[in-house]
Amino acid sequence: MGHQPTFLAEGFPPGVKDFDFESWIPSLRDSEWGLAFTKITFMVWLAVAIIIVYFLVSYRNPKLVPTKKQWFAESIYGFVRDGVARDVIGHEGLRFAPYLTTLFCFIAVTNSFAVIPLFQISPNSHIAFPVILGVISYVMFIYLGIKQHGAAKYFRTNLFMPGIPWPLYILITPIEFISTFLTRPVTLAVRLFANMFAGHLMLLVFTLGGVAMLGSANIFVMGLSVFSFLMAIVMTFFEVMVIFLQAYVFAMLTASYIQGAIADEH
Amino acid sequence: MALLAEVSGQLGAVGYGLAAIGPGIGVGIIFAAYIQASARQPESAGANRTWLIFGFAVVEALALFGLVLAFALS
Repeated sequence: MGHQPTFLAEGFPPGVKDFDFESWIPSLRDSEWGLAFTKITFMVWLAVAIIIVYFLVSYRNPKLVPTKKQWFAESIYGFVRDGVARDVIGHEGLRFAPYLTTLFCFIAVTNSFAVIPLFQISPNSHIAFPVILGVISYVMFIYLGIKQHGAAKYFRTNLFMPGIPWPLYILITPIEFISTFLTRPVTLAVRLFANMFAGHLMLLVFTLGGVAMLGSANIFVMGLSVFSFLMAIVMTFFEVMVIFLQAYVFAMLTASYIQGAIADEH
Repeated sequence: MALLAEVSGQLGAVGYGLAAIGPGIGVGIIFAAYIQASARQPESAGANRTWLIFGFAVVEALALFGLVLAFALS
């Protein structure tokens, strides 16, 4: 706790301690509010500000022939609306496109901090932020299902699928309950968290490992540290792919859960 | 009975290795099926890509559980 990660060789091997940051307010550091305002919370506020300001600025004065800013903002929205909301939910899904776009942008921007110099850690590598996003999706699809079908019918069609012999309910109902109402929010949150956690850890292993090898007394080991740094660069590109893939996956899974909740037939 | 062998260190790492076997096979099958489907019917490649990512994300979650638990239980 309260440990500031450094890129020095004594930090090797990297571990969970590399994810803890001190509060930026020194007087809070030893109190129970020690994690009140850290680099992580700053990045979340920054991501929110970036998204709000960007979309406000690019839509302030919309043109028929869009400027570059407007074109890019429209492309993001169009991508989520057509590629996620309409493809997964169907025509009904267009009314969820604003939420899904916000979700996609928020996750993409907060994840991007993992590879931006000086930040180099994603807020989503702390479980607290993915958990809240997962809970929002969970409450949302259950609420929409109850609103669409009524509570009794919604839980009946989800837990007791029509059209199968009744003894199978002994087997299927617990499985359906666990998979629909227990593991969905957990997997949503853990998938995002674990991807960003593992990505940051992997980058730390290669960069800190390279520094540790560079500090070796053996000239042969010292020379091999080049490969460790090269691998860190390769992994950074891999991380960029994971960042956008995870934002897409989170938005798409949320859309698919909504689709399952509001569909007429299961 | 005499102690013949002993394992020391992080057992979580061994657990993660075991947890990665199933998802490894699963992810392989998913991508193999996607390649085969789009080789047989190239025009379906775009429509199947959504479900490729979906299946990949669902299967991958099991390996990530293993990773998180390896750290959580250590």
